Amino acid sequence: MKLFGRREKPIGEILSGGESAIANKEVEGLSLGQIVRRRFFRHRAAVIALFVLFSVIVFVMSALDTKIGPLRIPGWWRWTVEDIPELRFEDCPGGTIGCPTLSVNPFSGFGLGTHPFGQDDIGRDYFALVMNGARRSLMIMFIIGIVAGFIGVVVGSISGFYGGIIDAILMRLVDFIQTVPIILIAAVIGKASGRVGPVFLALFLGLLGWTGLARLVRAQFLSLRELEFVDAARVAGASNARIAFKHILPNAVGQIIVTVTLIMAGAILTETALSYLGFGVVAPDVSLGLLISEFQTSFTTRPWLFWWPGFFIITIALCVNFIGDGLRDAFDPRQRRRITKKDRLKAKFEVKAGA
Amino acid sequence: MRRIGISIMILFGSSFLVYNLAAYAGDPLAELRLSADDGARQQIIALTRDLQLDVPPPLRYFLWLKGILGIFAGKLNMGMTREASSVQEELAYAIPVTLRLVLVASVTALLLGLALGIISALRQYSRFDYAMTFMAFVLFSLPIFWVAVLLKEFMAIQFNNFLSEPNIPLKWMFIFAGFTGVFWSSLFGGERKRFWSVFAGAFTTGFVILWAIDLTDWYLHPGLGPILIGFLSVGIAMGVASISTGLTNIPARNAALTMAGLAVLWYYPAQWIFNNHGSYLVILLMLALIVGTGLICASLFSKIDRVPIARTAIITGVISGFLLFIDRIMQSWQPYFITDAVNGRPVPTYGQRKDQLVTDDFWLNNLDIIMHLILPTLALILISLAAWMRYSRGALLEVLNQDYIRTARAKGLNERTVITRHALRNMMLPLSSLFVGEFVGLIGGAVITERVFGWQGMGTLFIRAVNSYDLNLLMGVILLLSILVVLGNLLADLVYSALDPRIRLVKE
Repeated sequence: MKLFGRREKPIGEILSGGESAIANKEVEGLSLGQIVRRRFFRHRAAVIALFVLFSVIVFVMSALDTKIGPLRIPGWWRWTVEDIPELRFEDCPGGTIGCPTLSVNPFSGFGLGTHPFGQDDIGRDYFALVMNGARRSLMIMFIIGIVAGFIGVVVGSISGFYGGIIDAILMRLVDFIQTVPIILIAAVIGKASGRVGPVFLALFLGLLGWTGLARLVRAQFLSLRELEFVDAARVAGASNARIAFKHILPNAVGQIIVTVTLIMAGAILTETALSYLGFGVVAPDVSLGLLISEFQTSFTTRPWLFWWPGFFIITIALCVNFIGDGLRDAFDPRQRRRITKKDRLKAKFEVKAGA
Repeated sequence: MRRIGISIMILFGSSFLVYNLAAYAGDPLAELRLSADDGARQQIIALTRDLQLDVPPPLRYFLWLKGILGIFAGKLNMGMTREASSVQEELAYAIPVTLRLVLVASVTALLLGLALGIISALRQYSRFDYAMTFMAFVLFSLPIFWVAVLLKEFMAIQFNNFLSEPNIPLKWMFIFAGFTGVFWSSLFGGERKRFWSVFAGAFTTGFVILWAIDLTDWYLHPGLGPILIGFLSVGIAMGVASISTGLTNIPARNAALTMAGLAVLWYYPAQWIFNNHGSYLVILLMLALIVGTGLICASLFSKIDRVPIARTAIITGVISGFLLFIDRIMQSWQPYFITDAVNGRPVPTYGQRKDQLVTDDFWLNNLDIIMHLILPTLALILISLAAWMRYSRGALLEVLNQDYIRTARAKGLNERTVITRHALRNMMLPLSSLFVGEFVGLIGGAVITERVFGWQGMGTLFIRAVNSYDLNLLMGVILLLSILVVLGNLLADLVYSALDPRIRLVKE
């Protein structure tokens, strides 16, 4: 049993200057954007996740009616959340009500039926409810991401750029917010904001979620502002704001994007957890967490009421997490692609051909 | 000292903020105001008097603070709840419940997550690594309440049904054995031939174990017995020795094996002690005995370099001793199973203890606690395991790229020494500061877990407080948690600076 076994390096790799030489060759003469894009698209899981997330968003958003002011874009699904169609009893297993009509049996064919995800207790179409919940969750996720991202970047960059007393005050503010577990303070706010609706809930959550990002941006600024290009910009007569946002910020953008995706993935879980506890989105509004909490007791008899909301939460969170991971790999300058056997062979061949 | 001062200031500030936020968030009397009843009006008057609701919140905060600061005068006063019970008492009841849940979960998740993360870092880009990474992402994305409901259904209700008619179908034996095979073979890695031989070995072992369990109805009267403990202890001895000192260190190996042998010899005496004097004190004494024996072992087997040998012996001894403990707990399974309170459904889905189970048997009580802990702990572990796996994997990969690792290898040290002594220790540095954050996160998770599993801990108190706008109770919970966070962060900084000489808290 070789517990601590280690792969020996093949000779070709050593001859050609090691793995870094192989990896460096690929990025020669490319801009940062090109490198990042290339690396991201090579991360198979991230690309799949991006595709899935995009499809889910389109699917969810187009399923129901969308109201933008007076404008009303009809959705492709026949029921809405307000409809109360007749409850279905026939061919339901074990005398349950409102069972799903979705069939994915490869022999009898694929069919949606009238209520693919089933119906709730009073007969509302569960597909419409889940779609509405997923839409809420997505919306809340993006709002939190944008609000937390914006505040985090602004606070972090001001704090890191100016330092001194401003930095101390802002960082104490971060400490303030971080001393209380976020779910607790969010619950207090959520309970109060239940009356004002999910958009405000998302705004409030965003107002709490920026602390980690602010610390990160501050740390980046602290190390970047000492570099020569900042001095060069100052000598050239650039203003503080220009230096901060045009010269330093672009260098930190990778880390920021990654952290924002992670905040978003966490946000969807926080929102559903709060709704589950009854402190987030409250009835008659629909949210995935609320659906799960409402129907968890009927899991034994009508499991579909429990599976579908969970499925959408996990799919969305998983996709966002994978995209974040792909972005992290893409932005990380130290991150090198895995050197495969094929690459080694190629490098060895090139060395031989050169010699 | 300066840091402590700042921390206290932050505590004051944040509690002031939260107090006012919570006070303005809702009116505790709203429901009563709606009713025109005469009793309701009197209740309003009584509550207003008791909770000093006529004082505006920013000022009321200082009244509350006065009660809190009473702790220095020896009488802490955290105020009254709406039900006119004291907040301290409610908290004193709830804290141990939550701590039990969170401590067990966080320690288990830490150990398991570290182990998996380290292995997947050592096998970077292997099948095992990919599988673990994917698993971590899935776990990251799971809502804890969803997992908890699933666990309730499959681990409790279905498992209890299974126990009433215990019989493992052949199909499941194959599936389980297949999983074991894949897990171990990908863990060891290697070329195709080795992969398949490990797979075959693990598959057969898994299958035989399941088959034996099924034949002997092991899950109805489980136990390990001296023979099994013997085998397991020898395995543990070899494993611990190979990681801790390497098998080439003969005295260490012998000391570990001796400890394993002693564990088997101690089986019957330990049974007697456990049966007649089961208590935490006795278990502590036995632990001390194990440590003592380990030290003696080490000094018997070697004259030089005794510390690593003693370490190996003691670790082996403690794990083997733990097996004895597990065995004794398992023996209580049958009597526990048939008590009226349990009535053949041993995995509970609700509560932290069975109230109907009245017994002074140390082992039955412990088994009851453990059975109630299993599901919520499992839910919490699943959630925080992923984070530890990712942290430790990342940290170890980072460390392995450092120059001092190359130096260590260049010196000709063997790979075991490089990993355990040079890499792992440095890897632990950044992780030590993360533990607090994870712990606090788990307490947040515990709010939800307690709700799903009906535990009467801090989370339940908190939910009650928010729902009834019970300001004193709410502030009690939040203050306690904030103090925990601040203390934790302080401790983490101190530990970090003690471990890492490069970090200095005070600027010279």
